[in-house]
Amino acid sequence: MIIGILGRKVGMTQIYQEDGTAVPVTVIEAGPCHVLQIRTKERDGYEAIQLGFLDKPRRLATRAERGHVAKKMESKRAKRRQALGIPIPPKAGCEPKRFIREFRGSVEGHEVGQEIRVDIFKDVPAVDVIGITKGRGFAGVMKRHGFAGQRASHGVKKVHRHMGGTGCSAFPSRVIKGKRMPGHYGNQRCTIRNLKVVGIDTEKNLLLVKGAVPGPKGGFLMIRKTNKVG
Amino acid sequence: MSQDLIRHVEQKYLKSDPPQFEIGDTVEVHTRIVEGNKERVQVFIGTVIARSGGGTREMFTVRRIVQGEGVERKFPLHSPNVLKVVVRRHGKVRRAKLYYLRDRVGKATRLKERFKRKKEKVQVAGEEELNNTNNTQTQEPATAGAE
Repeated sequence: MIIGILGRKVGMTQIYQEDGTAVPVTVIEAGPCHVLQIRTKERDGYEAIQLGFLDKPRRLATRAERGHVAKKMESKRAKRRQALGIPIPPKAGCEPKRFIREFRGSVEGHEVGQEIRVDIFKDVPAVDVIGITKGRGFAGVMKRHGFAGQRASHGVKKVHRHMGGTGCSAFPSRVIKGKRMPGHYGNQRCTIRNLKVVGIDTEKNLLLVKGAVPGPKGGFLMIRKTNKVG
Repeated sequence: MSQDLIRHVEQKYLKSDPPQFEIGDTVEVHTRIVEGNKERVQVFIGTVIARSGGGTREMFTVRRIVQGEGVERKFPLHSPNVLKVVVRRHGKVRRAKLYYLRDRVGKATRLKERFKRKKEKVQVAGEEELNNTNNTQTQEPATAGAE
């Protein structure tokens, strides 16, 4: 059984515990998701479930996307395969989905078309949240790596936010690989592990986790039971 | 839409009857303080100079002068640790943030208080007895809090 769901970041707020401490929480709209496909060892070489989150209007979905979820869709290929007696793989029979991701793990107890709701996290103490961080474009070293920059005065001219030296001199006469420099920052996959589950709202499909998660409000997220041990 | 969801989440943690006061009011803020396993109530008296934030994050700032030094404390309005806020006197003010009080010392702040007194006489007669009862109750913790 895989404990994972897809969702969307709603935003952050704070809630109070009974002893008066304020807990910063991120509200995640998690699910409901449909299982669109099941990956098996025999067929795909690994085990996973494929989940889909949020409906995509049929007019915007490609034919492939529609065929991926539709129980029955006429096509030459389908007819040909039918004539050859190849069974049609099980389909979810739901609307095309906007956000589709796979979760690996034992697929026992899952079936195509199954609906996954946020209540699977009922007894889960902590989760991992995977998202795409906010893109910052081409960023300098101060923003990207937290360098200190240079002085405001004492002869520093036009290089206040630059990095300092990049390494050694005559030996080795080159810059060491991996030297942190300006470049593209953000807009990359990021996993935040072991976020405490603070609350669940099954009615509105909300999941509350303590702390921040990557990405902007409205950004898509993968949430799974944490794989952190201890 | 997302704001609605956040409001929905916060709903449960908001006080059903949040303390009522206005900017410029002189208030007693009763806060619960836990020391080890002992609990006591501390009272902070001062002028409300600002309110900020919304939902569960709403805060208010109370300013007073202690031994010639300005002291400001910011309280979360909906925190369970803020037990109650008693309004001692209303202030007559014309803006939402009274940060200008920070630049004033002694007489200047007193001048403002005189404005309040004037307003109080005109506006709240029924409030008087309410304040009196509260004052007698909180006399002791008030001194404790000032220490």
